[in-house]
Amino acid sequence: MSTRHFLPLLALLLLLFVPMAAPGLQILLTLALAKAIAVMGVTLLLRAGQVSFGHALFFGISAYAAAFIAATSLDDLVLLLIAGTAGAALSGLLVGLFVVRYRGIFFGMLNLAFSMIFWSILEKFYHYTGGADGLRLPRPTVLGLSLDRAPFELLLFYLTLALTIGLGWFTLRFLGSPIGQLFQTVKTNETRLEYLGVSARTTLLKGYVLSAALCGIGGILVATAQGIVTPSYAYWIRSGEMVFIAVLGGAGSIPGAVAGALAYEIVRAYAAAFAADIWQLVLGVFLLVVILFAPGGLAGIYTAIANRLSRRDPSPTAHSPNEARQ
Amino acid sequence: MTDPLLEARGLEIRFGGVVAADGVNLTIDEGKNLAIIGPNGAGKTTFLNICTGWLKPSKGQVFFRGEDVTRLPPRKIVQRGVARAFQIPQLFGEHTAMENLMIAVSAREGRQSPLLQMQSQPERSEMQDLLELVGCTDVADARVDELSEGQRKLIDIAVALALKPRLLLMDEPTSGVASSEKFEIMDILVKALAQADVTAVFVEHDMGIVENYADEVAVWNSGEVQMRGTPAEILAHPDVIRDVIGEETA
Ligand SMILES: Nc1ncnc2c1ncn2[C@@H]1O[C@H](COP(=O)(O)OP(=O)(O)O)[C@@H](O)[C@H]1O
Ligand SMILES: [Mg+2]
Repeated sequence: MSTRHFLPLLALLLLLFVPMAAPGLQILLTLALAKAIAVMGVTLLLRAGQVSFGHALFFGISAYAAAFIAATSLDDLVLLLIAGTAGAALSGLLVGLFVVRYRGIFFGMLNLAFSMIFWSILEKFYHYTGGADGLRLPRPTVLGLSLDRAPFELLLFYLTLALTIGLGWFTLRFLGSPIGQLFQTVKTNETRLEYLGVSARTTLLKGYVLSAALCGIGGILVATAQGIVTPSYAYWIRSGEMVFIAVLGGAGSIPGAVAGALAYEIVRAYAAAFAADIWQLVLGVFLLVVILFAPGGLAGIYTAIANRLSRRDPSPTAHSPNEARQ
Repeated sequence: MTDPLLEARGLEIRFGGVVAADGVNLTIDEGKNLAIIGPNGAGKTTFLNICTGWLKPSKGQVFFRGEDVTRLPPRKIVQRGVARAFQIPQLFGEHTAMENLMIAVSAREGRQSPLLQMQSQPERSEMQDLLELVGCTDVADARVDELSEGQRKLIDIAVALALKPRLLLMDEPTSGVASSEKFEIMDILVKALAQADVTAVFVEHDMGIVENYADEVAVWNSGEVQMRGTPAEILAHPDVIRDVIGEETA
């Protein structure tokens, strides 16, 4: 393990102590990490060169699935997670079968279209979805145990942290695996991919389903933390926010997705408190600066600094995007 | 009688006014390396495009080992044992040469586990040998979009070979490669192909290469196979000297 992995790991370790050291941040960080998982889904697609402007669809689908189940007698957190993830993955498969035929702006806009259709269904079918008011998501049991609010929120924080690390690790493994590498060649040369005997669409679809599942898991966690789901979960602004965070963190970087989500939520929380009217302005300028001066995002800035500091120990694979962009 | 490895029957295709294939008939027999020669624009690349399913002919059929593959997409034809190296190399530019080969192995083996890591696939040393075969070991860890055209062409061939094909189609394999190295590389390549039971078809402009490494030669002209024979017959033919060789040296 090189020194450049040390700081991110230290940061994750520090997060373990948030509930004791800074309990006021616990909810904020639960939401930020849950969003980070969803952003990983968007980031994954960026590695295949595709931008989805509608991934809040899966965030919303799983959140509503969780809310529906929570209203039954099966209201256990584990069940919500499994069913919500399965719902997101399945809808990812269905939507994916269609959108993987397209690339670039068409891919992005078709995703947007699907998410807008789902959003209007949520708004219009008031009887089932509660319309714009949404649905309450009562606190579920955890493996059969009913917890009070404080221990439940504590558990949710650690669960979200563990899932962020576990799913981040899994996504990195996926990207380094044979199917993950084929998936990323959709970005660089589909002709060669076809002439390796591989269908670009099928390959893209596999990654798409994983990306939908990741967004779904993020959606369930946010919904459970907030205790309510509304159509805004699936709204295009939420999709845009995911792309925003992915670019901020470092387009294509999985640790960057986490760094981006943490930075975004913290800046937003404090900017909203101290500069309520202009926090979007603050974020907008922030993003502008990142795109203009650090197109690799927060992850890119970190790698550049780490490279400069360890120039005596040049990474032998600095040429390879796989190493450089983890 | 066994089927030829590949057979083209009456292929026709036109692009606007240009007839790029005008009733092309050709058989490729197992174990006999075929050189395709002919002036620019004669339809040589188009022929390879049709044989691999990239283009669909308006008339005619392509058979690979007796099976009609005319309407199949390229990937299905590749899966049946045809690999291709391109006139303009088709590589994964953001990956290194070695990674390009390892990705080809991933595709060949069809590995699906998301936990297995591409770099730790057992075929690594096999791929190292392929890089050595095309003389590119020194750039194994360089991003291919930073390499010279000649190196990219050779790696493109290695990628095609990584698929362990029965038939390897190469479009001007040594253009862009320094003429001092051409013969050495073709020497090693042709030997390796024979050893691995791979039949090669290569489009070639260098008649020295054709003479030394082809078992048969087909001459293309205006979308037609004008002539076919051994290198000795073809290269001595007055029409070929006038239409093809004259043009190459001009
Ligand atoms: N996809 C295409 N669209 C339009 N014209 C094409 C296409 N492919 C080839 N051609 C034309 O067909 C003719 C034969 O091209 P090609 O097969 O590339 O020749 P060669 O490889 O023998 O130099 C040329 O006139 C070329 O411009
Ligand atoms: Mg050509």
